[in-house]
Amino acid sequence: MKRILVKEQFCIGCRLCEVYCRLQRSESGELLRAYKREASLPLSGARVEERGPVAISVRCQNCEEPACVYACLGGALKRDADSGLVVWEEEQCLGCWSCILACPYGAIRKDTRRGKIARCDLCSGEEVPACVAGCPNEALEYIES
Amino acid sequence: MKKVEYLIIGNSAGGIAAAEAIRQVDKSGEIAIISDEPCAAYCRARIAEHLAYGRSVDDLLFRPADFYEKNGIQAILGRRAEWIDAGAHRVQIDDGTGISWGKLLLATGGRPIVPEMEGVNRKGVFTFTTFDDARAIARYIEKAERAVVIGGGLIGTSAIEALVKRGLKVTVVEMKERILNTILDEEASALEAEAMKQAGVDIITGATIFGINGPSTGAEVVSSVTLDSGREIPCQLVVVAIGVTPRLELAAAAGIKVNRGIAVDRRMATSCPDVYACGDVAEAHDFVYQGPRLTPVWPNAYLGGRVAGFNMAGVAADYPGGTAINSMKYFGVDITSAGITVPPDDSYRVLRRRQNGSYRRVVVKVGCVVGMVFAGDIEKSGIVFKLMKERVDVSQFVETLVADDFGLICLPEDLWRSQLVAPDKVLK
Repeated sequence: MKRILVKEQFCIGCRLCEVYCRLQRSESGELLRAYKREASLPLSGARVEERGPVAISVRCQNCEEPACVYACLGGALKRDADSGLVVWEEEQCLGCWSCILACPYGAIRKDTRRGKIARCDLCSGEEVPACVAGCPNEALEYIES
Repeated sequence: MKKVEYLIIGNSAGGIAAAEAIRQVDKSGEIAIISDEPCAAYCRARIAEHLAYGRSVDDLLFRPADFYEKNGIQAILGRRAEWIDAGAHRVQIDDGTGISWGKLLLATGGRPIVPEMEGVNRKGVFTFTTFDDARAIARYIEKAERAVVIGGGLIGTSAIEALVKRGLKVTVVEMKERILNTILDEEASALEAEAMKQAGVDIITGATIFGINGPSTGAEVVSSVTLDSGREIPCQLVVVAIGVTPRLELAAAAGIKVNRGIAVDRRMATSCPDVYACGDVAEAHDFVYQGPRLTPVWPNAYLGGRVAGFNMAGVAADYPGGTAINSMKYFGVDITSAGITVPPDDSYRVLRRRQNGSYRRVVVKVGCVVGMVFAGDIEKSGIVFKLMKERVDVSQFVETLVADDFGLICLPEDLWRSQLVAPDKVLK
């Protein structure tokens, strides 16, 4: 299974991964609309953390033992047996935030606007996720791990 | 007599988790699930959506409608297990038939506590833990303008929110000095209470119900409740939500060891060979208290059921332990909490921070996080919960846990680097 990992020595905390993620999730695919005008205002599935010179980009790691799946009250989060990926069905999400408390990476977002969660879905089947493709410093790696 | 390899009593989080785990490792062994509820497994936290919006149980299912068929599970629904003969590996069902089993799981859950009190059997008095409860209230609600909810815990709060959405004037009567007192500290509980008041709910604390009254005509309906102080509150609907108690009868009668719940070891095995238990009925390992304890919450039921299922199927697995965990967004206040939120004595250290509408509280004992409450910005609460679960010594960085810029990066590198950072060889 492929995961997105960060090459910490190249991550400068520019947060463009967050920008490319929101753009990818936007209805219009246009930056200004995605950030300022779209009613849906998509959240980023990636989060950049920075402390002094160290920066990392964090997102869902598709854990082999996914605590979020076990905690999910609605049956919205599941681990796909074939791909090994954690998948999320929006309809079944009740926004109880159980998965947020369960996620050891703090990688699940609270989408207050929709009353549901938002999370990285590896751009659902794109060959290269948008954050990886867009990272100006090649600090993100999409690799088997 | 019908014979199955695996019999599961209870069709909610724990029972489903066990069936899924069994199927993961045993594709063919026969599984049967018995439940006295007539419907497929549904999300218990969503019964409020039926009350508030009329959503049907089919919209609230925990697994797809074809789950049982696809996994080769016989669902015996709307039936009650009457007794267990653990020695003979047999369960008697209330339709007069019996089932013999190889391994048995007791995932019978809890039932709401309804205290003995004057008028408690009147029409218009409900509990709120099953879909049927929500449906019964929804059918009655047209007759009501004012409701009293007895108990300001999580179930009570869920009921209050749904009733408010239906336009009722709601009063909550809480015995202790504040709502949600078992899972939240004073400050977070006050945040929730404030939001509740803003929504028009009357909160009465430090009071109990003396009796539920009917109109003087002698009709059997509810017309008011009387508090222990003598104060009378008019209402046409009452929800009793003072707590749940494990459904232990089956296990106790079968000679299985019970304390406050069914005693289980780390494999979720009971005192009887081939009999397992999980969920709200089981007293499983609590990693905060480092001992067996009832922690009746859905995620622990699922995890315990999963561990039980693996062991039933012959694959050794240990329950890592759970603790009281809760998350909520009632009346627009997002909260996550876990463990000991109010220290019982002054041997604990409490860190708190309130900033921009968000609130964080971390309770530490001997270097380990033993309790936490996040409100508002809750997205990083899972990072702290992991430290708590793994009993990481946080002494060196404890202050950062409530800092504004708290994140994985504030933790020692060995706690995040190996999971998030690409190994060096990839760089070459």
